[in-house]
Amino acid sequence: MSRIDFDIAHLLAGSLVLISFLELYQDRLYALLNVFAAHALVLAASVAWQAFIQDAPHLYVTAAIALTFKAIVIPVALHRIIVRLGIHREIEKVVGVGAAMLAGMGLVALSMVVMLRVTHGADPLAREDLAFALSVVLLGLLMMVTRRNAVGQVIGFMSLENGLVLAATGARGMPLVVEISVAFSVLIAFIVIGIFLFRIRERFDTVDVQVIDRFRGERR
Amino acid sequence: MTFDTVTGVLLIPAIAAALLAALPGYRISARLNVAATTLTLICALSLFFSRPAPGVYLLVDDLNGTFVVLTTFVGFTTSVFSLSYIGHELETGRLTPPFVRFYHAMYQVLMFAMNLALIANNIGLMWVAIELATLTTVLMVGIYRTHEALEAAWKYFILGSVGIALALFGTILIYMAARPVIGEGLAAMEWTVLVTRAGAFDPALLNVAFVFLLLGYGTKVGLAPLHAWLPDAHAEGPTPISAVLSGLLLNVALYALLRFKMLLAVNAAALAPGPLMVTLGLLSLVFAAFMLYRRRDIKRLFAYSSIEHMGIIAFAFGMGGPIANFAGLLHMTMHSLTKSAIFFAVGHIAQVKGTQRIADMGGLTETHPVLGWALILGVVAIAGLPPLGIFMSEFLMVTSTFARAPLLALVLVFGILVGVAALFLRLNSIAFGEPRGSSAKAQASYVPMFAHLALVLAAGIYMPPALVAWFQNVAGLLG
Repeated sequence: MSRIDFDIAHLLAGSLVLISFLELYQDRLYALLNVFAAHALVLAASVAWQAFIQDAPHLYVTAAIALTFKAIVIPVALHRIIVRLGIHREIEKVVGVGAAMLAGMGLVALSMVVMLRVTHGADPLAREDLAFALSVVLLGLLMMVTRRNAVGQVIGFMSLENGLVLAATGARGMPLVVEISVAFSVLIAFIVIGIFLFRIRERFDTVDVQVIDRFRGERR
Repeated sequence: MTFDTVTGVLLIPAIAAALLAALPGYRISARLNVAATTLTLICALSLFFSRPAPGVYLLVDDLNGTFVVLTTFVGFTTSVFSLSYIGHELETGRLTPPFVRFYHAMYQVLMFAMNLALIANNIGLMWVAIELATLTTVLMVGIYRTHEALEAAWKYFILGSVGIALALFGTILIYMAARPVIGEGLAAMEWTVLVTRAGAFDPALLNVAFVFLLLGYGTKVGLAPLHAWLPDAHAEGPTPISAVLSGLLLNVALYALLRFKMLLAVNAAALAPGPLMVTLGLLSLVFAAFMLYRRRDIKRLFAYSSIEHMGIIAFAFGMGGPIANFAGLLHMTMHSLTKSAIFFAVGHIAQVKGTQRIADMGGLTETHPVLGWALILGVVAIAGLPPLGIFMSEFLMVTSTFARAPLLALVLVFGILVGVAALFLRLNSIAFGEPRGSSAKAQASYVPMFAHLALVLAAGIYMPPALVAWFQNVAGLLG
């Protein structure tokens, strides 16, 4: 593998981590959605680059799925949902921006330490990809924890899935079964979420998860 | 492709799901549901006598054959129970005909997903199947569309998806570990290939992979502290789904963990997965046992009891060795049968009383003697009193643990006793005392619950040597 191939792959995977950080501190739903679209766009580029350097044409399919579904269809649809629900106000957060960023940095450091240590047998690109992928996964988790808004949690979950796709494509020669299934599950998950958001809206007139928490079964 | 019973186990639920989605009318679809589960059960039973050689995608061996038979059996009895349960829900108007149609189709999709997860020979395919099972159960849990049902479904969806995502990361890591040894492509994700070559995998990568898999699939097993979705999902969904969740889906996730545990056992340099499972198992047992005391909702009570028993089972498999594995397998089977029988009884009780609150039901043995005594028998069984089947498995587990690790055995016995006391405390107020709540006649289907309880009783009194030999054989496979 030539030096420039490695550098570009590295750049794209690194940008994904960076955009995950951008997602962490967005406090408006529209902005968050736009950043998520950028996240998916970079993922698509990264997967396409992997397809090129690994000479694995089936990965282009995965890249196309990431581009069309995650970067275009899902953000547009969520945009509509937000408009229809009239919730384009500010997102309240459970923890502040500073704390979230610090926690995120800690998580990235953790994934570097864990993944780089256990993968010294693998080729350098796969190693770095895996470390970046774990960072994106953990940052997605962090986002789900820090957001109270259901739409925010859903976006957190989708960026977590982006990290998984990055890991799957970084693993050279991994069969197509899994990649398509990941894309599929995101799609299915999205439909489920869509239905749920509407139902939640029907019942509570809000998508703020804290309000839902008042209806806990125990306190009946 | 020629028809064999393995494809039958998958094809019948898939076709039935499509048919049920298309057919209106509760009477036909409920019966079709039963017919489909019956056929699936027959196919599964025939796997005992003839099974095809493992293929690239599907594999049936002694281990998952046991799981498939258990799954299809409880799937069958639950469909019989659901016949009268769903009929009642339609009458009272809690469910409307379109939702019932959706429910029946989803029931078959769930059966398909669980069977696929069990007989998949490919770790990626197994993951997809477990994801599908999660999504279908999320939809079923939210089917009543009440505040609580929606919250439960949302919580289950978020926690389940995170768990499933972590499990996928672990799956990718396993592939990464296998690739240098086996080479690129499908072979590096096949159980049959992985197990023979795992000795040469990079142990460090395997260790990290197992941690992710344990957290991921452990969420689906309902091990503490990853259990938060479980009580809500059990309490708010339709009762047949509570029975299937407790009795089957938790087992399927556990099966996935057991397969990966076998993989690690082949590699001498990798960490021993046993202690991790023992710790999580004991934690779940003791935690759930204490949580049983403060339950006010009858379905939530038995959901925590499921966490407790999954803890015991994870503990047994974590200890390993022929006797503990045997006890774990037996306990898993007995728990599936008993817990689903209890949920059958609870479903009818909640229907006649019109509530799930323990405080609003009482003196059940006077108002509804058959249901009341069925519940008592079920709780006696789940508490592990002799001569029922769970006593056998718990006794085996405790004695074998005392011989190997007395301190752990003390924790185990403590947890079990705390749980038993809590269960009887609650049972006392439900079954005896002043009759409370409605005493309208119950339109219940008693056959499934008494069939399960009779099997549990029979296993406690006399286990046929063939069955013992079978379980010993499977326990040997688990190492």
